[in-house]
Amino acid sequence: MTPHSIAPALRAVDLVKSYPGGRGKPPVAALDGLGFEVERGTVFGLLGPNGAGKSTTVKILSTLTRADRGTAVVAGIDVAADPVGVRRRIGLVSQRPSSDPIATGRENLVLAARIQGLSKADAGDRSDWLLDRFGLAEAADRLVRTWSGGMSRKLDVAIGLVHRPEVLFLDEPTTGLDPEARAELWAEIARLAGDDAMTVLLTTHYLDEADRLAHRLAIVDHGRVAVEGTPEALKSELHGDTVVVEVATPADAIAATEALAGVPGVSEVVADGTTLRARADLGARAVPAVFAALDARGIEVVSATVARPSLDDVYLRHVGRSFEPALSQAEVA
Amino acid sequence: MTVALAHSAYLTRRSVTALVRQPIFLVLTLIQPMVWLLLFGELFKSVVDIPGFAVDGTYLEFLAPGVVAMTALFSAAWAGTVYIDDMQRGVMDRLLASPVSRAAMMNGTLAYQSITSVVQTMIVLGVAWLMGARFAWGGVFVTVVAAVLLTVIFAALSNAVALLVRQQEALIGISQFTALPLTFLSSAVMALALAPAWIADIARFNPLDWAVVVSRETLLGTPDWSAVWPRLGALLVTACLMAWLATRAFGAYQKAA
Repeated sequence: MTPHSIAPALRAVDLVKSYPGGRGKPPVAALDGLGFEVERGTVFGLLGPNGAGKSTTVKILSTLTRADRGTAVVAGIDVAADPVGVRRRIGLVSQRPSSDPIATGRENLVLAARIQGLSKADAGDRSDWLLDRFGLAEAADRLVRTWSGGMSRKLDVAIGLVHRPEVLFLDEPTTGLDPEARAELWAEIARLAGDDAMTVLLTTHYLDEADRLAHRLAIVDHGRVAVEGTPEALKSELHGDTVVVEVATPADAIAATEALAGVPGVSEVVADGTTLRARADLGARAVPAVFAALDARGIEVVSATVARPSLDDVYLRHVGRSFEPALSQAEVA
Repeated sequence: MTVALAHSAYLTRRSVTALVRQPIFLVLTLIQPMVWLLLFGELFKSVVDIPGFAVDGTYLEFLAPGVVAMTALFSAAWAGTVYIDDMQRGVMDRLLASPVSRAAMMNGTLAYQSITSVVQTMIVLGVAWLMGARFAWGGVFVTVVAAVLLTVIFAALSNAVALLVRQQEALIGISQFTALPLTFLSSAVMALALAPAWIADIARFNPLDWAVVVSRETLLGTPDWSAVWPRLGALLVTACLMAWLATRAFGAYQKAA
């Protein structure tokens, strides 16, 4: 094996980036020592709420902005030393639609291909192939502004792939899509990653998306990697099942953590608002004991569920709060 | 170099195709010039009779080069709105992360604006001709050149402002605030011989006035070349300088990205 083939497709080391706070406010730290490595030919997921630093990481790796400190290497090239070299090897599908609405789908693809240096004939062939592959052939010669959101998003991904990049950045590819369009795009991305030994960096705030697509993922929080691993490894670190119990009030939830501490086979009890989460070796068997313990303290149970560990549990364990509330907080902020 | 030229050409064609599909935008940029030419021109028809106006020909013939320059200026001032549309979509980021050079991105829009300006200039002069104005052919050619250079200056400025402010409202505000004052600080609608001295002094540094003087002198067929060449040269130098500075504004945009 040559050193070249061993080298990771993406390497970020201690990335630090802050933005001006504006009008006398202190700078806002977007990245605070973020780092990870991505093996060639794999899909790597960056998972985290809005504002965690995912998009800033993509902007640095795709040469759109520079880190204040740290190193970023893409396809073996340092982004700060040779941004033009990096640009030849990457495809970027940004969060927002990146096609021209006043052009047809085919025109968008051909223009993107020509810009990337394909000959006129190759650009046409490659565009036809991608249109076909993404199921867009019928709409190919209509203006993109008449397309549905799902079709337009597929076109964005096709545009990112037009020059067979070594590394593809997918920044929240399915945000705003309906479940059907999302499932279709997922299937397409999963297939792509298999072909061409392409490396994909996927950012998402959908846990199921990361679980479905990423070979490895990093949970990003406050500009740092909180934990990294394969989805399976991260979930299996959490032994047993998750027992989730809803109680009536937050005060009840706190009292309940004490009550459950003594129940055999139940561990890691965490209260989050009126929700209690606990790990149990065998969830279904633990439930009667949990009910009994709560009943003994006069705490009313609103609902209870038992589930296999999910990425949300991984998230809760490493970031210290549940994923969905974290998301809504970030959106309010 | 040839790659950069090819990239500029692809991007220019993208814009021209969009304009051909939505010609209404070109029509809209011609409404204001028609008001100046057809209404203002008629209303102020007799100003040429004021002693000291000192221009051969009719007021329409005097006004037409002014309207050509104003059209170029007002149209170019909007150029940056395309960049802001591209920023609000992911098009700008996609291009910046591709092998397209910043110079090619700038030149693509400037070439597109220049093509638009040629069409606008021919239409304005054509309408003036239909209304009875008569121009020297050589002058028509020089007028097109001057209008293109003026377009490049202000389209580059508009693009630079777009990259710095990144907001449609702010860009339009700044354009509105500059375009009309520049028009009235020039000989576009009035002979400077009859204007206050301070306006004539400022006009000497106003690219709009350079374009108006160059066009008017050559359109009337008896040009004073000592007035034409320095202004044409100044337009060319300023156009190159502005295009270069505007390309540098991509750096500021990416720093804030």
